[in-house]
Amino acid sequence: MDKEINYTESYFADDRVDGIEKVTGKAKFAAEHPLAEMAYAVFVCSTIPKGAIKNMVLYEARNAPGVLDIIYYLNCPTIPGHRPYDKDPNKKGFEWRGLKVFNDNIIYSNGQPIALVIADTLERAVYAASLVKAEYVTEDFITDFEKGKKDEALLKKAGDYKRGEADAYKTAAVFVEDEYTIPIETHNPMELHATTAVWEGDNKLTVYDKSQGPKGTQAELARNFGLDEKNVRVVTEYVGGAFGSALRSWPHVPAAVIAARKVKRPVKLVLTREQMFTMVGYRPHAWQKIAIGAGKDGKLVGISHHAISNTSTYEDFSEGIVGVSQFLYDCPNVNTSYKLLPLNINTPTWMRGPGPATGCFALECALDDLSYKLNIDPIELRLINYAEVHPASKLPWTSKFLKECYALGKEKIGWHNRAAIPGSLKENGMLVGYGMAGGVFGAGRGQAAAKGILKSDGSLVLQSAVSDMGPGTSTAMVTIGAELMGLPMNKIKFELGDTDLPPGPTQGGSGSTSAVGAAINAVCDSLKQTLKEMAIQQVPAFSTAKPEDVQYKKGMLFFKSDKTISISYTDLLQQSGKPEIEVIKDSARASAEAQKYAMHSFSVHFVKLQVHPVTGVIRLEHIVSTADAGKIITPKPARSQMVGGAVGGIGMALTEEVVIDHHFGRYVNSNFGDYHVPVNADTPIIDVLFADKPDPIINPMGSKGIGEIALVGVAPAIANAVYNATGKRVRELPITPDKLLS
Amino acid sequence: MINFEFVRTSTVKNAIAALSKTPGAQFIAGGTNLVDLMKKGVAAPKRLIDINSLPLRDITSDSKGILIGALALNSEVAEHPLIKNKLSLLAKALDAGASAQLRNMATIGGNILQRTRCSYFNDSTMPCNKREPGSGCGAKNGYHRMHAVFGASDKCIAVHPSDMCVALAALDAVVHTAGPKGERKVLFADFHRLPGDNPELDHHLQPGELITGIYVPANSFNKQHYLKIRDRASYAFALVSVAVALEVTDGIIKNAKLSMGGVAHKPWRLISTEQFLVGKAASKETFTEAAAVAMTGAVGLTHNRFKIKMGKAAVREALLQAIR
Ligand SMILES: Cc1cc2nc3c(=O)[nH]c(=O)nc-3n(C[C@H](O)[C@H](O)[C@H](O)COP(=O)(O)OP(=O)(O)OC[C@H]3O[C@@H](n4cnc5c(N)ncnc54)[C@H](O)[C@@H]3O)c2cc1C
Repeated sequence: MDKEINYTESYFADDRVDGIEKVTGKAKFAAEHPLAEMAYAVFVCSTIPKGAIKNMVLYEARNAPGVLDIIYYLNCPTIPGHRPYDKDPNKKGFEWRGLKVFNDNIIYSNGQPIALVIADTLERAVYAASLVKAEYVTEDFITDFEKGKKDEALLKKAGDYKRGEADAYKTAAVFVEDEYTIPIETHNPMELHATTAVWEGDNKLTVYDKSQGPKGTQAELARNFGLDEKNVRVVTEYVGGAFGSALRSWPHVPAAVIAARKVKRPVKLVLTREQMFTMVGYRPHAWQKIAIGAGKDGKLVGISHHAISNTSTYEDFSEGIVGVSQFLYDCPNVNTSYKLLPLNINTPTWMRGPGPATGCFALECALDDLSYKLNIDPIELRLINYAEVHPASKLPWTSKFLKECYALGKEKIGWHNRAAIPGSLKENGMLVGYGMAGGVFGAGRGQAAAKGILKSDGSLVLQSAVSDMGPGTSTAMVTIGAELMGLPMNKIKFELGDTDLPPGPTQGGSGSTSAVGAAINAVCDSLKQTLKEMAIQQVPAFSTAKPEDVQYKKGMLFFKSDKTISISYTDLLQQSGKPEIEVIKDSARASAEAQKYAMHSFSVHFVKLQVHPVTGVIRLEHIVSTADAGKIITPKPARSQMVGGAVGGIGMALTEEVVIDHHFGRYVNSNFGDYHVPVNADTPIIDVLFADKPDPIINPMGSKGIGEIALVGVAPAIANAVYNATGKRVRELPITPDKLLS
Repeated sequence: MINFEFVRTSTVKNAIAALSKTPGAQFIAGGTNLVDLMKKGVAAPKRLIDINSLPLRDITSDSKGILIGALALNSEVAEHPLIKNKLSLLAKALDAGASAQLRNMATIGGNILQRTRCSYFNDSTMPCNKREPGSGCGAKNGYHRMHAVFGASDKCIAVHPSDMCVALAALDAVVHTAGPKGERKVLFADFHRLPGDNPELDHHLQPGELITGIYVPANSFNKQHYLKIRDRASYAFALVSVAVALEVTDGIIKNAKLSMGGVAHKPWRLISTEQFLVGKAASKETFTEAAAVAMTGAVGLTHNRFKIKMGKAAVREALLQAIR
């Protein structure tokens, strides 16, 4: 076997630094920290969508073998976070986010945790939980989005926008006007959400948690439990995917902490797959109405884009769905509106490409429709309306290589084979369609701190309390460190996912490489500077030099003017009797730049697919994803990110849909058998092409984000290809075979 | 999940005896369906009788047909040369089911007796006449995209989820059983029941009976195909599926057996379609007409109405694929 593959050094060049740990099972995820005296907690969840608990029957469960305790609203210990204003009624600012678990008997959604059974083994906890019975007072509820959105009284305004004239599309020579709907989609990463909580006395807490932002979780726990932040440690070294579901902490995190305090033992709480649907957010159900008008030359005249998405009744969640229509293309007249519809279900949250993923489905399909009406190639139509500056703010882009993306993808997918008339191309009896659509997401640079520890044995440890939910952040940081310090990758270790480390940002919005990379950059600069100064102080040959006379290259310090005078930094450290040097550096948010520039990553996705003319079954043949994500730091993980995004987009377009029974207000497909995440057989060849041009402004590495643009635009590209193949425009995702039956 | 007793048996006789001894006892084979149901509180056997060591795993043939042991794995059967060569329809249907991992655990007997995937049956907080007789049917006025368009009753609109069974029904297979009252042979098409007033009963197996094997009589079908339409390309239950077995000589259909999956409480034999086809030319025109015959009498509800159209498309396409 080995002989067939040429395992050259470059084959492994940007392998994930944590790949071996992950595939050999050495990596410890949140639920995999074995602790002495561990107790196991299992949630009991509500079976009604709205009302109140009248009575809880716990007798049988309490007496079941191994049960240590059962926590519910009547016996839950007082938590400062439940009543943030008790001490100071005027205190503003912090309020517990989301559901105050076990605070009262109110039911806001089906699947809401109402009790926690803690036992000495998981099996015993599961069994005892099945014995808990709740009696309810039920109330009228609404879970039906389609019904609710028609009732103006239920809707909450979430932002209007206007530039130029409202509804100017109506005055255009040609216009399209249609409604688009996406159902609830869940993140459902492979790793279940899990929290293991350990108290040391009453004031010190350690939590092993699946989190995209250990610092955020730390702050939230400290506030909710009235602790000093320094006494709360959150560890999230490995994360098995999240896609946004771990951007905040959900009720199971405080619940595990409460339980551990109550039973005075470490407590592990792992959600079930079913609970992953009802407790950790999802992409909200969204309705959109979009109208686009253009002149015969294809120049856009006006865009009107309106959206309603659902939230819960106990929390508002909104995302920038209609924002894309304001700036993705150059258009003088744009008006948008956005409203929220509270439903009696759990709260949604950011999911990969939040906002633009939904918005681009409408915008990019509508543009496709418009292109047929105008008889202009869809790529051409986008080029005609190319935004040279940000159309709303009129600021220049920090960088924009979108034209390159169009060109790359067009070539690779074989766009010239596309039929301009829908339904007219056939191969082997199958209808063939080509489609494309664009994606966009904000780029930028958040605040981050990092530490570097350079050791006399030649190794370098870099640290930041960021998490790596899967994109390869560790690999990128090691790569950046290796390049800047001129050291081999295997000499560098990136430590992360622990609040004891210097504060890193929450991993979201495709911003980790930019923020943490900038901090690592500062750390490496500082390490080099320190080494130069040490050389001047400690090494006689350098004593006459000024720091600017000394050069650092590949672990060696040289005299600029006489390269024969040199010392390796390992020798330098040894000679100076220092086993290691250490620096901590901050990198600020890119706020000054944000005043002067528009900062975005861009993608364009191209799809070739086949549709069976009679049964409506779709077979994807080829996806080409192109992206302007600045300079690509680590090509292999970056490619993987794009491929993963494309697969997520396939799910959005073709298979994924959470279904709710509106008589019972209950999810009916909350499992992996019935909620269809795309499988390998659904996935075609996916080619990834990067413009790979450094962004000169955002950060010293020249990188922009990839995570979101990998998915944004994939679903409309598929929908557009389906239209090209069949002449059928499906505006309600997912595009299942029944919707294409002829 | 409740506490239960677990016993292992290695002879058919002991297995039957062990089952009869405890009310609420159940056999367990691959466990891919039963264990899930136990975890969800849908099944709560007091005693599990592990039958995996019974000598019922062989696949043998004689001049009259092929006998498949009840404990042969779905994957083993699909891979077996006898099945691949003589019963390609069955191999295809097996391969279309579940995932490779599940097929490596699932047995033939368990596949026949797997329970419906109806969401209301599988959620013990919902009403379901099949799980809890008299509690009502949640699906009827609820979400029923996957549900029956043939043979449903007021009490139940669930479908039998198996792919393999659809093929076995078309192939006129026979279910071999053994029980306290001796051995029986039941024609496959008569094995499962329609829901009627007793949707809690899926089939005609008698209390205490064990499926020992499946017998598939020799046939002369030279054109066979299994077509499954589903929401994703693998690891999804059928929206509709069609098993086709044809004997075609000189372009004329001499014999035809068809059945459908995803449309009824049992594999749905298309008897009138078969009669329609025999004696006609194996052509697109014939197949188009046959497809219309196939779906005659189908009744759709809000979410599953599409199955009537899809069923027609699928029957036609399956017939076309079979002669390709
Ligand atoms: C997620 C998922 C997806 C699936 N997708 C598909 C699909 O697409 N198509 C498809 O056809 N199937 C599918 N299946 C179902 C799968 O085929 C069945 O679970 C499997 O065939 C059951 O076999 P088993 O041996 O594991 O049965 P078990 O779970 O062991 O038993 C099932 C039932 O049969 C009884 N039983 C078992 N053997 C005997 C016997 N010899 N005599 C009497 N009673 C017996 C048991 O008591 C039990 O009631 C899927 C299953 C899952 C979990």
